[in-house]
Amino acid sequence: MMSALWIHLQKDLRIEWRSKEAINSMLFFALLVVVLFSLAFDPEGEFARKIAGGVLTVAIMFAAVSSLNQAWAREIRHQVLDAQRMAPSPGAEMFLAKVIANFLFVTVVQAVLAPVFVVMYNLRIIGQAWELAVVLVLGTWALVANGTFFAALSIRSRNRELLLPLILFPIFIPALLAMVQSATSIITGESDPTLWIKLLVGYDIIFTTVSLLLFEVVLHAE
Amino acid sequence: MKKNAIGLYAAVTVALMVWGFYLAVFVAPNDAMQGEIFRIFYYHVPSWAVAFTFFAVSFIGSVGYLATRHNHPGRAQIFDALALSGAEVAVVFCTVGLTTGPIWGRRAWGIWWTWDPRLTTTLVLWLIYVSYLLLRRFAAGPQMQTLAAVLGIFGALDVPIVYMSTRWWATQHPAPVFFGAPGSGMAWPMLRVFFWNLGAWFAWGLMVLVIRYRVERHRQKIAECEAEAALHEA
Repeated sequence: MMSALWIHLQKDLRIEWRSKEAINSMLFFALLVVVLFSLAFDPEGEFARKIAGGVLTVAIMFAAVSSLNQAWAREIRHQVLDAQRMAPSPGAEMFLAKVIANFLFVTVVQAVLAPVFVVMYNLRIIGQAWELAVVLVLGTWALVANGTFFAALSIRSRNRELLLPLILFPIFIPALLAMVQSATSIITGESDPTLWIKLLVGYDIIFTTVSLLLFEVVLHAE
Repeated sequence: MKKNAIGLYAAVTVALMVWGFYLAVFVAPNDAMQGEIFRIFYYHVPSWAVAFTFFAVSFIGSVGYLATRHNHPGRAQIFDALALSGAEVAVVFCTVGLTTGPIWGRRAWGIWWTWDPRLTTTLVLWLIYVSYLLLRRFAAGPQMQTLAAVLGIFGALDVPIVYMSTRWWATQHPAPVFFGAPGSGMAWPMLRVFFWNLGAWFAWGLMVLVIRYRVERHRQKIAECEAEAALHEA
């Protein structure tokens, strides 16, 4: 039944709306990464278009990881997670609600960041802009679905902040590759992104399914 | 009796490796197109064969642990030890493969590395299992074993992709030699050298795996005893 999903989603959205801590920290971190890359590479014109896809993806990656840990840390505090584990509702719905909530937060950050990005890199998108939106949505879903799953996995270990990127990034590499390549081919207009977009769709389907199936195991790991 | 058998096995393994080395370096003929540099094949491919096999062993361990951890905890520990030792030894052989490959590539292609599907998916495999080993180090207890088993399953998903990458995509990496396209395959003078080296490296890998497995089982038993002692004291 979808009601548990909806309740979890409402809870996460409401907490975020009141504190805005995830969105603020993500936004600032992503902005910093974009500025740092801009200073490091001094991109102009054609070169800027070539690296824009990569810089955007990496900025989103670091920003998302910084907020994923605290999303679950919030549940561990006051033994909330233990209460969730004892509740009869399926853990997969809690997981999916967290993924959707985090997805919305990252998307908000991207939406705010995009104009800044376009300004700083003097971007002119040569390919189809709507395709870029599709790529960002699919890539962000891949990042957030995997990230939420592995954040739950690493939350009970000693070095959880360190462990999450170490576990998440290798598994995210295929999606990263697809996201960067398709974004670059759309922005530069030099090649067809269809193959990479298909890879992203396949990756999203496989990893979301596996994460949903295995989340109960992770939740009740004892 | 048992120690003699182990010693004999170790001696046979070393003998096999020496024989394999002799065959690979002095007896095997030059490759028609590559010449001498082909000889690394006798180390590169067996390393990968052993690595993939032991990743499969680790996968069996992970799945077995998840399946038995509630009802048969003793058996679950055996599976967990298998998962860990399989992953560790496989990572070592994976590293050997990732090292011998670029050594050959520098001579054959002029470049150490490229981001083609085979090399990229293999590097991802190595990264995932290294993160698996890190998880096992940073976390502790039965929770850690469950979480590590889950991560191990994710890693095992990549192994078939790595193996099939040269068949599914056009790669910088050479096309499959065994079970590949028509015209692939190996002449017998080279093939027999390959089989000797494959056997030698499997024998070696198996020996290291068994040693590592036994060390892990000992560590588990010690931890159990310490836990029991702590319970009695309390």
